[in-house]
Amino acid sequence: MHGDVTRSITLSNIRQLWETGTRREFLRVAAAGGAAILLPTMFAACGDDDAGPADPPPSDAVILDLSSDPGVLNYAYALEQLEAAFYAQVAQAFYPGITAAEQQILTDIRDHEVIHRDFLAGALGSARIPDLEVDFAGGNVDFGSRFSVLSTAKIFEDGGVAAYNGAGRLLQDVNNLLLAGKIVSVEARHAAAIRDLLRPGTRDFAGDDVVDPSGLEQAFEPGFVLQDSGLGQFITTPIEIVS
Amino acid sequence: MDQKFPIIETSTPDAVERVVSRREAIRQGTGATSAILAGITAASVPIGAAAFARRAYAQAAAPTIVEVLNFALTLEYLEDEFYRTGLGGTVAAALSAPELTAIQQVSKHETAHVQFLTATIPALGGTPAPKPTFDFTAGGAFPDVFSNRVTFLALAQTFEDTGVRAYKGQAGNVASNDGVLTAALQIHSVEARHASQIRRLRGQKGWITGSEIGDLPPQSQPTYAGEENTIQGGTDAASLGAIAAVTEAFDEPLTMEQVLAIAGPFIVG
Repeated sequence: MHGDVTRSITLSNIRQLWETGTRREFLRVAAAGGAAILLPTMFAACGDDDAGPADPPPSDAVILDLSSDPGVLNYAYALEQLEAAFYAQVAQAFYPGITAAEQQILTDIRDHEVIHRDFLAGALGSARIPDLEVDFAGGNVDFGSRFSVLSTAKIFEDGGVAAYNGAGRLLQDVNNLLLAGKIVSVEARHAAAIRDLLRPGTRDFAGDDVVDPSGLEQAFEPGFVLQDSGLGQFITTPIEIVS
Repeated sequence: MDQKFPIIETSTPDAVERVVSRREAIRQGTGATSAILAGITAASVPIGAAAFARRAYAQAAAPTIVEVLNFALTLEYLEDEFYRTGLGGTVAAALSAPELTAIQQVSKHETAHVQFLTATIPALGGTPAPKPTFDFTAGGAFPDVFSNRVTFLALAQTFEDTGVRAYKGQAGNVASNDGVLTAALQIHSVEARHASQIRRLRGQKGWITGSEIGDLPPQSQPTYAGEENTIQGGTDAASLGAIAAVTEAFDEPLTMEQVLAIAGPFIVG
């Protein structure tokens, strides 16, 4: 147990996923090195997926090396790619009956996520991972449905905050930590707004499901975010976490 | 799961243990059963590699972790007493139902943050700072703070947006301890959720555009000073979108000195 903490936790998650056997994600543990190969959209029960079941070899996987800051920032970049792609599609044709206030909020969030994505791409430069393929239809998102759009947005924003909260300790340079901090609080502002659109005027904006009795919000490990938080199901590109 | 008030006395020690025992914790659940912890013993992981590396960046003049947590505790004292006083005062009856609901949830979290920090600081070998005496009228500048919902909510927004910037500004100063850093981040995002909700209840966007204070009193300006920054990571992000959106997309930190200057008028001793 003197191994790296991140790897230990990742493997612990994987073991649990194997044991539950009810996940939609297909996971593979590489024989050598113990790295987790995540193929998050291998939907065994999703026969109507236009793309069809894909089984790319691990060599196709995007690698996130979380032992270095560029790897952690690429992890953030992956999440921002996903969010930006989602809101871009939302804003391309808003769901019927959308209010002006909702349209403003979703447009603002779209703009913020695109800026986050493009900022991280620029900061990473040649170290950035490729563009990820995303698939919202496979995740049963109905862009014509207010509830579906906002519920999906809630997954992205809550998951994004928990992801940044959990990844902060992986960053080595405090300047990168500050950058992540500048972004995560904006994601938390989004999360509160989206939740309030879904359940207006309630405690849900900072609900007891995401804030514990000590007043601490969720913090997720990267492996958990990509495997099981609800975010990973929308990423088609296989991602390999190494640490 | 809109549970009643949390069982702080029993829950806090667990949370504190996560911070001070150097166990790395992961939350794996969803929904109501969110806290399954997979601890890794202190012997195997005395300190995270990244935290170790971050020490190279620590500045000689930086405050200690206990000093940072006492700074945070002072802010949490302020927020906690502000909301509890408001909920016990005539302003509570003046709030709309959504406003009252939001303030109750925010107040619950601030009380929990005080409890959490008060328990964490001794576990790290420090002594919790005593609670200051507050004057939320700020020497008479806000005489109706606990009777006028407009004033009360304006200060609530100011305190929450200040809190977000305060925690953000201290992240680097607690980065040598993974547990403390993560807990600070976990509080930081809660403050941001609070800020978003209170802003929206006041008819503002949930996010901060430039250094705009909207209809807040001029005393709130220092809370937003510098939010118009577009230089991120050494490069200008201004070209990445409309300038308003670029400033909204990044929240800016405040230094300890800036925060204490903002809180100062509300602290009388």
